[in-house]
Amino acid sequence: MSRRKSEKEYEKTFACHFFRWLDGEKDPFIGQVEMQQQEAFREGEGDAERRLQEKNILLNQIYGRKKSRSIRNLERFYKVASVVFCGILIYLLLLTVSFLPPIGVAQRPINNEVSARYIEKGLQETGAINIVSGMILDYRAFDTLGESHVLFVATVTVLILLRMDKGKKDYAGVSLEEVEANDRRYEPKNDAILQMAAYLLVPVIIIFGVYVILNGHLGPGGGFSGGAIIGAGLILYLNAFGFEKTERFFTEKTYKRISFCSLSFYCIAKSYSFYTGANHIESIIPKGTPGAILSSGLILPLNIAVGLVVACTMYAFYVMFRKGGF
Amino acid sequence: MDFVCNFPFFSILLTLFSGTICSMLPRRAAKWVNTGVILAAGGMSLALLIWMLSGGECFVYRMGHFPAPWGNEIRAGILEAAMALFFCLIMLLSMWGGRKKLDEEVEESKHNLYYVLVNLLLSSLLALVYTNDLFTAYVFVEINTIAACGLIMIRQIGRTLAAAVRYMIMSLVGSGLLLIGLCMLYDLTGHLLMSNIREQVEVIMAEGTYAIPLVITVALMVVGLAIKSALFPFHAWLPDAYGYSTISSAAILSSLASKGYIFLLIKIIYRVIGFTVFNNTHIINVLFVFGLMAMVFGSLSAIKESGIRRMIAFSSVAQVGYIYMGIGLGTKVGMVASVYHIFAHAAGKALLFIAVIGLTDVSGFSRRFIDQTGAGFRNKIAGIGFTVGSLSMVGVPVFAGFVSKILFAQAAVNNSRKLLPTMIVLAVSTILNAIYFMKTVIRIYTPAPDCGFEGVALRKEKLYALSILLFIALNIALGMSSQPVVDAISTGLDMFG
Repeated sequence: MSRRKSEKEYEKTFACHFFRWLDGEKDPFIGQVEMQQQEAFREGEGDAERRLQEKNILLNQIYGRKKSRSIRNLERFYKVASVVFCGILIYLLLLTVSFLPPIGVAQRPINNEVSARYIEKGLQETGAINIVSGMILDYRAFDTLGESHVLFVATVTVLILLRMDKGKKDYAGVSLEEVEANDRRYEPKNDAILQMAAYLLVPVIIIFGVYVILNGHLGPGGGFSGGAIIGAGLILYLNAFGFEKTERFFTEKTYKRISFCSLSFYCIAKSYSFYTGANHIESIIPKGTPGAILSSGLILPLNIAVGLVVACTMYAFYVMFRKGGF
Repeated sequence: MDFVCNFPFFSILLTLFSGTICSMLPRRAAKWVNTGVILAAGGMSLALLIWMLSGGECFVYRMGHFPAPWGNEIRAGILEAAMALFFCLIMLLSMWGGRKKLDEEVEESKHNLYYVLVNLLLSSLLALVYTNDLFTAYVFVEINTIAACGLIMIRQIGRTLAAAVRYMIMSLVGSGLLLIGLCMLYDLTGHLLMSNIREQVEVIMAEGTYAIPLVITVALMVVGLAIKSALFPFHAWLPDAYGYSTISSAAILSSLASKGYIFLLIKIIYRVIGFTVFNNTHIINVLFVFGLMAMVFGSLSAIKESGIRRMIAFSSVAQVGYIYMGIGLGTKVGMVASVYHIFAHAAGKALLFIAVIGLTDVSGFSRRFIDQTGAGFRNKIAGIGFTVGSLSMVGVPVFAGFVSKILFAQAAVNNSRKLLPTMIVLAVSTILNAIYFMKTVIRIYTPAPDCGFEGVALRKEKLYALSILLFIALNIALGMSSQPVVDAISTGLDMFG
């Protein structure tokens, strides 16, 4: 008796829950997970008709396609011609590849003084153990500066296309507020499994991303890959907990400030380095001891800047495509 | 090294950085930053050009602490400085001329993003002009492409969105071909720097080891750039992109974005592959034929067109054809004519686009020809601008287009095999040009007393009028004092080496 538990106590134990679940008496997720089926896509009355009408208007009035025989023949000809053209292009490219220098031979043209210097003197000249980082952020930093602006201009273009402003109602008849209300209609809210997984994974993912960025000059990694990892972590967090919780630490303002600060830092730091380099002035930035975390001159801060830009860009893309606003 | 040698680097970085700044600013501040940055970049290019003309040598500028084959490098000569100055000038005037329309057509909260795109586009153009490294060129080609897409679709109506998608698909095909070509060129030569590639190409041609892949590589790069600059069979993206986007975008795209790619092509021909090597391949004949076809078919499409803005857009196809025809002649004189036509077309076409928006605005925002009757009386300055632009495009003396036609004809005389087709097509194309441009000019100066459209007073649109006047002055200046420009281009091409 002394070791026996009362029935009430027993019901609280893990074993009881487990055996009841095993017998199929109780589902532990009932009450914890919102079991809601996705709403099927339903077309309103007359929608199909209207769509057909719009398509006809598009074809006849805008593209001016009357259903005449010659135009249909031309369309057929285009289909055949495009296939033939692709075939020729594939043949040409394969032919070219067969003439290219063989792979794995020491006398290839690309094994010249350029790569030799990168490999032999890279560590000494840039202070970075990871010579790829040394190449993209020191030897050829101008290209990488352009590349991070490619990301920036891509975000700007997506903002132009998809951003909705508050209080306006001309986006195909819906306003931002309605979109926000509709946002989670097609997926379950407060999913316990997803939230627990995100709760465990997101810190690890983000810390790993930070590690990849900070370790960029010492080992494989760097700003682009680390930033992508952090961005993925943020997107996972957003999916699990929704916009309300994310907005506590990441709004449009945060995005703007972070990307502005990183890009300006990149621009200014590299301008200094380009200017001193071109005018043969000694740069004041110390190289440090190779292998230490604070080493390799500008590469570490630049990696951080690139990482922040990439993470913000990924998150902003996701948010824009999902509901058109942060 | 003189301090003026820093100017190419300053102008690229300044425009790039101002793009980032504009994204944070409210719209009025962004507007002023945009104007200021274009003026600053233009001023620096002017200073550089003056320094070059007064005896400065062309120079390479090291971007960082490492010399050329290892680090990045930019290069400046007379032609680069002149091109940069001209791009800044046209950009500034196009922005001024389209400012009122921009305020009407684009959502207010997105104005600063428009200035971001314009700054980044200018920066990429300057980088394309100054670069001495093929991979740097590719990176800035990407910026140019994406920014151009944004410029097309910032006026969000159905046709601009469709046009932007079309532009993106075609342009990405072009970028892809350019990138494939570039990778193979790197595989064959082991360099990305233009001058080093050229040394290796000469070795390859002498030994004859990789002649076939080299020719195909060059072909891929040329076709890629031709698609991006709307050479005749690849021009399907062009009419809607120029015809429906907001007017500054149309002017900038037609006179600057596509010209940046053509300039890059000329640079590749001279500094990467070598002029003689390129002339010995058959690619040059293909360019010549497509150029001739563009001159005829572009003009024919323009004649058939019923909307005034799409007509001007199709005229761009024909004018790009002139440029490629000049490249295809395969002589230095032909190349000079092509480069001069880049200037002449940019000045004329931007003027036409800016002027035409004044005409359609006083015709009830209609693009149809019938509604333009008498529009030249209702908006006088736009009417004059349109007439000047048309005369320049047709090739009437005093204006820039005339000089470029003379130069093309002179260049054709030097090449006996291509003389006859060039002369015939030049004549046919000029007549076709005259048909559709003069038809429009007569239409806008036909009095229509009871059309019911209001005229517009000049003093209400001071900035617009100023930009049109400056454009007219630019066209006349290019046409009247062409000799210094031609000399500068010729010396600049010699500096390419």
